[in-house]
Amino acid sequence: MSDYEPLKFYVPEPTGRPGDEPDFTKLEIPEAGSARKPAIDCRPQEIKDLATTIIRVMNRDGEAVGPWAEDIDDGVLLDGLKAMIRTRAFDERMMTLQRQGKTSFYMKCTGEEAIAIAHKAAQTKGDMNFPTYRQQGLLLSTDYPMEDMINQILSNEKDPLKGRQLPILYSARSHDYFTVSGNLGTQFIHAVGWAMASAIKGDTKIASAWIGDGSTAENDFHSALVNASVYKPPVVFNIVNNQWAISSFRGIAGGDEATFAERAHGYDIPSLRVDGNDFLAVYAVSRWAIERARRGFGPVLIEWVTYRVAPHSTSDDPSKYRPKEESTAWPLGDPILRLKNHLIARGLWSEERHAQAESEYDEEVRVATKEAESHGVMGAGSSPKDMFEAVFEELPPHLREQRQKMGV
Amino acid sequence: MPQMSMIEAIRDAMDVKMAEDDNVVVFGEDVGYFGGVFRCTHGLQDKYGKNRVFDSPINESGIVGAAIGMAAYGLRPCVEIQFADYIYPAYDQIVSEAARLRYRSGEQFTAPITIRTPVGGGIFGGQTHSQSPESLFTHVAGVKSVIPSNPYDAKGLLIAAMEDPDPVIVFEPKRLYNGPFDGHHDRPASNWSKHPLGDVPEGHYTVEIGKASTFREGKAVTILTYGTMVYVAEAAVKETGIDAEIIDLRSLLPLDVDAIVESVKKTGRCMVLHEATQTSGFGAELAAQVQERCFYHLESPVVRVAGYDTPYPHAQEWDYFPGPARVGRELKAMMEAV
Ligand SMILES: Cc1ncc(C[n+]2csc(CCOP(=O)(O)OP(=O)(O)O)c2C)c(N)n1
Repeated sequence: MSDYEPLKFYVPEPTGRPGDEPDFTKLEIPEAGSARKPAIDCRPQEIKDLATTIIRVMNRDGEAVGPWAEDIDDGVLLDGLKAMIRTRAFDERMMTLQRQGKTSFYMKCTGEEAIAIAHKAAQTKGDMNFPTYRQQGLLLSTDYPMEDMINQILSNEKDPLKGRQLPILYSARSHDYFTVSGNLGTQFIHAVGWAMASAIKGDTKIASAWIGDGSTAENDFHSALVNASVYKPPVVFNIVNNQWAISSFRGIAGGDEATFAERAHGYDIPSLRVDGNDFLAVYAVSRWAIERARRGFGPVLIEWVTYRVAPHSTSDDPSKYRPKEESTAWPLGDPILRLKNHLIARGLWSEERHAQAESEYDEEVRVATKEAESHGVMGAGSSPKDMFEAVFEELPPHLREQRQKMGV
Repeated sequence: MPQMSMIEAIRDAMDVKMAEDDNVVVFGEDVGYFGGVFRCTHGLQDKYGKNRVFDSPINESGIVGAAIGMAAYGLRPCVEIQFADYIYPAYDQIVSEAARLRYRSGEQFTAPITIRTPVGGGIFGGQTHSQSPESLFTHVAGVKSVIPSNPYDAKGLLIAAMEDPDPVIVFEPKRLYNGPFDGHHDRPASNWSKHPLGDVPEGHYTVEIGKASTFREGKAVTILTYGTMVYVAEAAVKETGIDAEIIDLRSLLPLDVDAIVESVKKTGRCMVLHEATQTSGFGAELAAQVQERCFYHLESPVVRVAGYDTPYPHAQEWDYFPGPARVGRELKAMMEAV
């Protein structure tokens, strides 16, 4: 007889499933303003505490407090709010477009708008983003033509990517937006390589890498961190912890007991954990990390704590795996509402202007969609000839032959 | 003209490109200070500095992934995967990323990277240091694959690869690194210095990617082969006296279909020969091309001679590796077939 009990292994479970009450008691939320702001050249070991707290700037009354609140330009906040409203309007309309059968697929970033938009605001032209699929805010907060995004989503004759890519996997080099891959996590190491190149050339540009909490389990996340720890290139790692990876909660990616930010410690990379629904906090921490990288102090990792309010994609039904009210119970609130209240409290914004902005952007998206639709919906207008181009710079003989056989 | 081994020719190719183009960077496991386990990058770090030639962590996905990012920036990375057997951790980065960047970005981003990697057996490397995974890459749209069989081609193809606007994998047959191979394992490798293909011009030249070369002219049968097997074919021809034409493909993708068709139409028979396992190997593609294009010129079925469909065995390496005897037997059988 063995002295041992049969072994069991452990499968982490979220705090609630459909039918349960949402429960966020595990998420410890510190007071706004309580996290310190370290020196730009601090050593990673000196700020280990910032990987377990949540850096927050806006308090419950909508006031900006603490050391991270200093020196934020009002214009950045007003532009940021508008870009968030615009992004949400865009997402709503694209969702409808998919429901109407005019495109095959769409993914919203509802509740996460502040992260991409405030981070972008902290960048300088020429800094490159290596996004995943939920950073539409990186484009929608710039002058990138909205209609081109819709053309891409429709795969029509004006699609800049000629119908070759799944909707929303944009590419916009002119707007510092690397081509999005459907293979999760691969872009994380590309950002490191790009940042290494910037350093090799003695440039002053930095790279920002983007990944979801679920995808931090991919090899390339770890490849990226080890490379960055070795070569110390100017790269900012952004983990968007929106609690869910399709139906798997963050614990399945290993983020239940230890924070994602803490992973950086083994690599001697400084890391910070931030309220991703607090536009001011996102902007301030992004600015700090980008400045640090640009000054030559190496990589920074940031975990943005947020919640994926929308379904994973148009093919997903979250009511099948999480409590129905969980998204509304999210204790860090809605990034748009929070920034709106902050700006109203400071007399920089009003309910009327907000309502007006909402309808203006609705209208802008409606018009852009209509215009895009006139160039074809869901593949109509794209040419099969395009399928053969751009596999290589020059069309090799075997592809020429295949194209000829197709008669295009 | 200087005489060089294949290793020296490969090193010279990188040297030429690094001197010409500041954007060329070289990295991989052990390639910096030490100069690579096969010494292909020996001396380059001293010459060009640590900023352009450096050691990478043991992380193949990271090597290729970082190269892609650098290429997106505008550099021209030439990376080494220490053995082709270790390219699998980088497989996703090669096939999903490097190969498709141009396509999926509407040509806004491209990945002009060169991946060098030693392939093949014959050095008692066992299953993990002997593999020939070329067909896993020729199946992928957007990446080119080349494989030289001598120092001249090695330098010319590598320079061409480093100048190519698309990702290129250069498979380097490690059995040929130091000298040509006479097809027999029990005879010591001869030295490239006495071989005409060891004559390597100084400075810049290229061997066009996508063009095969006729290694030996003949009338009786065409042998389509590449890399180390070129010399096995040569030995078999010598030993059987069969007047075979040996086509050294040099480039697997793009493939020089015209050269293949021309030769097979002339000889009326075709053998495809490679070291990689037979099933779904590159020989299957070659046989299909010949069947489609030369069927009415064929006097006998296309024959495949390849490695067996087993992992690469260590102790039985020389039974696995197609040798002149096996090739000779098959050649004779083909000639008897009507
Ligand atoms: C390599 C790879 N594996 C699986 C998938 C399928 N997939 C697409 S999104 C997703 C979940 C990703 O979750 P997370 O990284 O947390 O990002 P989020 O969707 O929450 O923004 C999965 C499994 C994929 N696209 N690529």
